[in-house]
Amino acid sequence: MSFLLVQALSGLATAATLFLVSSGLTIVFGVTRIVNFAHGSFYMVGAYAGWSLIERFGGTPAGFWGSVAAAALMMGVLGAAMEIGLLRRLYRSPELFQLLGTFGVVLVVQDLTAWAWGPEDLLGRRAPGLKGSVDILDQPFPLYDLVLIGLGPLVLGLLWLLFNRTRWGTLVRAATQDREMTSALGVDPARLFTGVLFLGCALAGLGGALQVPREAVTLHMDMAIVVEAFVVVVVGGMGSLTGAFLASLLIGQLQAFGILVFPQITLVIVFLFMAVVLVLRPHGLLGRADEAPPTAPAAVTVPLSAGPHAGAWALALLAVLAAAPLVAGDYALILLTEVVILALFAASLHLLIGLGGLVSFGHAAWFGLGAYGSALLVKHLGAPMPLALAGAPLLAGLGALVAGWFCVRRSGLYFAMLTLAFAQIVWSIAFQWYAVTGGDNGILGVWPSAWAAGKAAYYWLTLGLSGGALWLLRRAAFAPFGYALRAGRDSGLRAESVGIDVRRFQWMAFVLAGTAAGLAGGLYAFAKGSVFPTLLAVPQSVDALVMVLMGGIQTVAGPLAGAVAFHLLEAKVMSMTDWWRLALGLIIVALVLVFPKGIVGFLSGFRRRR
Amino acid sequence: MNRGPRRMKHRHPTASPLAKPLLPAALLAAVSFTTIASTLAGIGLTAAPAAAQSAKEPVSFSGAPVRVGEINSYTGLPAFTIPYRQGWQLALEEINAQGGVIGCCELQVVSRDDAGKPDDAVRVAQELVTNEAVDVLAGTYFSHIGLAVADFAARNKMPFVAAEPLTDAITWSKGNRYTFRLRPSTYMQAAMLVEEAAKLPAKRWATVAPNYEYGQSAVAWFKQLLKEKRPDVEFVAEQWPAQGKLEAGPTVQALAAANPEAIFNVTFGADLAKLVREGEGRGLFRNRKVVSLLTGEPEYLEPMKDEAPEGWIVTGYPWDQIDTPAHKAFVAAYTARFKESPKAGSIVGYITMKAVAAAITKAKSANAEPIVDALSGLTIDSPVGPVTFRASDHQATMGAYVGTTTVKDGRGTMKDWRYADGANYLPPDDVVRKMRPAE
Repeated sequence: MSFLLVQALSGLATAATLFLVSSGLTIVFGVTRIVNFAHGSFYMVGAYAGWSLIERFGGTPAGFWGSVAAAALMMGVLGAAMEIGLLRRLYRSPELFQLLGTFGVVLVVQDLTAWAWGPEDLLGRRAPGLKGSVDILDQPFPLYDLVLIGLGPLVLGLLWLLFNRTRWGTLVRAATQDREMTSALGVDPARLFTGVLFLGCALAGLGGALQVPREAVTLHMDMAIVVEAFVVVVVGGMGSLTGAFLASLLIGQLQAFGILVFPQITLVIVFLFMAVVLVLRPHGLLGRADEAPPTAPAAVTVPLSAGPHAGAWALALLAVLAAAPLVAGDYALILLTEVVILALFAASLHLLIGLGGLVSFGHAAWFGLGAYGSALLVKHLGAPMPLALAGAPLLAGLGALVAGWFCVRRSGLYFAMLTLAFAQIVWSIAFQWYAVTGGDNGILGVWPSAWAAGKAAYYWLTLGLSGGALWLLRRAAFAPFGYALRAGRDSGLRAESVGIDVRRFQWMAFVLAGTAAGLAGGLYAFAKGSVFPTLLAVPQSVDALVMVLMGGIQTVAGPLAGAVAFHLLEAKVMSMTDWWRLALGLIIVALVLVFPKGIVGFLSGFRRRR
Repeated sequence: MNRGPRRMKHRHPTASPLAKPLLPAALLAAVSFTTIASTLAGIGLTAAPAAAQSAKEPVSFSGAPVRVGEINSYTGLPAFTIPYRQGWQLALEEINAQGGVIGCCELQVVSRDDAGKPDDAVRVAQELVTNEAVDVLAGTYFSHIGLAVADFAARNKMPFVAAEPLTDAITWSKGNRYTFRLRPSTYMQAAMLVEEAAKLPAKRWATVAPNYEYGQSAVAWFKQLLKEKRPDVEFVAEQWPAQGKLEAGPTVQALAAANPEAIFNVTFGADLAKLVREGEGRGLFRNRKVVSLLTGEPEYLEPMKDEAPEGWIVTGYPWDQIDTPAHKAFVAAYTARFKESPKAGSIVGYITMKAVAAAITKAKSANAEPIVDALSGLTIDSPVGPVTFRASDHQATMGAYVGTTTVKDGRGTMKDWRYADGANYLPPDDVVRKMRPAE
């Protein structure tokens, strides 16, 4: 009994940290609609700044808590600076473009943090006066954790007061519900947003600085927390602070007790929980339908245009690409092969985002499933390459068929997070099912058949298959199917009333996109010779999103240009410097500022102006 | 403590200065033309060779340089890979100062980051082989990346000296003709600890290990080998935290609830620090023996400062206490060169490069097949003692130091240690031959 109580208390301490971080995220998202990928970075830098201050001043209780507060304030200031310098310029950009900007910030912060504090893990000093433990029913329990447990509700209460008892809070709530109306009433939304970013990032920094006495500060803290924070926000219901609190509590307890029943579940428990909640409750635990903001502002109605002579351009491009092996060396060919594969991958995601208005955070699932489909056929059945390649879109399509049925029943960020949950579940299966998938050591020896083993031969094969798939995707975009999909994106209600079964079309689009991504994955497997769970993991999904957004989502060519630009940049910068994340991040931020509609969006705007 | 690694940032040894002006060009090309243009630019750019910078050397060489392509997770895990890089840099400087390889030729290294992803590592390996014309591949830290590069090496018939990956598969179930591994594997390190664990009176054991192949196989070997020596032990609890995401409180509590007499730990890095802190706070280690893999390595022990655990039986690297002349010379040279103390990664990097050079010299050739033949059964004298790459499974006999952790002068270190020679903890040739795929 006493053991269970202490276990529950441990879960509460975990929950407190989770709540502090996710409360900031939910406030920022609720008001600004920004999917702030950099939220975890503020948590990490908050921890580093807290560590430095605590090392210097943390000998006394006043010094310690002052350091924590100072770290939080510093992160708030940084957050406000990010709003003023970057995000403010992007409010008129297409949906989720801010996501790309904050992703650039993540990369920059990773390298700057490593530069400023060095690569070693830093173990900070413990909180003065709270070093020991107390016996709770004969079980020792750290004092500091007790303080954390108290801090969660305290912050919740303060935030509640702030939002319900101050003028600023009222304005923020007003802006959350109706941005346009609030600014029409004379409230400067820009200043409001700056304040919100300050608050949100300060909360992240507070969460980070409070971790210093509990754990080592590392360069991996940002990615570890940001995904979980999103889970909490979505499970709780977006924009709902109480929801985030409740979700943190539940997740904390689940983790505490889950490992007692089934220790191996640690990889996936959070995402399983999110999937179950989202399947049962469309708007999270405490979110309400009318408060659920769409991820994509409905204002985006620019029709997808093919552009004049698109067919001729495509053929010319294909001809040039097909001729590439005549002049390009082996490595250039390999890079081109990858670019072509990633272009298909990005285009398949674009089908969902651009046409369906469905932003997927878990598109790597289908890419990876395709790769595993091929690799498993090779490993277990000794299948020849053509057969194994055929298995790739099949397995991915099947997976998308099942997951899609659940996902299309949700919209906006709930859809996005449900796709992420499925991707993580697939990932954890690949990661842990050693007998079949080889676990994290993956499947080796997935090399092409002899006739396609040459770099040029495999490149042509990739070009042919990807080109065909891209052509099909393009056909779909301009077929009645594509128009129905776009109708559902722009006005679901009207589309339904003219007899379009929006959900079914979205489901079909999901399966089509998954199948195409699966083909790309299969081709990728044979290009690399091995398959690992990393192909299914979050960074792969993020890469796809970045490629689509970089190119611009309002044109069919956008994702292709994005894939080319992103992959070549990454490969090139990576081989030149260890500071490639800094360079790549700065380039992305610059791109976002210079081309707020994506590369191709910018180019077509340019063409129109001329 | 940050100063050392920070200095490194400005001394990136192998990125070509010539290539740097290409960055704006790459950006321009990638963003300012249409898809066609940027694709074409991509071809042009990637075909452009990034010339490798040769180390400034007074020694003159009569032959063409021999080139090593080096890949590691420099951005993914800088805390472990940067000491490793400094180690091989030191070795490289020594080798070239002493006349290079084969007595005639400069040894050059082209180093690349793999971003912590196996598919990126394979691409980088390809770039090194085709664009940089390297003769040998070396490096890698993560097991899955090591395996991916090993498979690439076999396919492209390139010698590959895997420095740090620990998985048994790389030399056994997935072993191949072209791949050799330096560091003692998971099996070897587990076997070294079992020897000590079997001497303990403890019968009830609990395990805690990161939830991936390294953790799983370490626990599996530990259980199997300990049961062979001590049929009376039982394993009463196991915890599998996700790597990097240990929920310290609940995990510690769950371990304590099983009331084990001893604990086998495989977690490392930030997870280990959390486990130790929370475990001390909750009395998990009171009256319990802990046997812990790798914890004695300075990478993991030193960040914990005076909170380093006391009395754990570990494998590690007590660099400040090893007083063989060879090792003292290594420490002196390393400290003089980098103004910081060596880590376990440093010695691994150092020996890796020395082994590569020795193999090339023994082969008297920069060609793949002679180098592979030379690596098979190659013995070199290293700061830790003689190391042989076994011909049977390509595993080096580099050992590890087994001892007990303690805190001295406010920092964690090892005491009562001994060098466990890897040769004594490997299955015999005929056994491992059966584990390897037929060639």
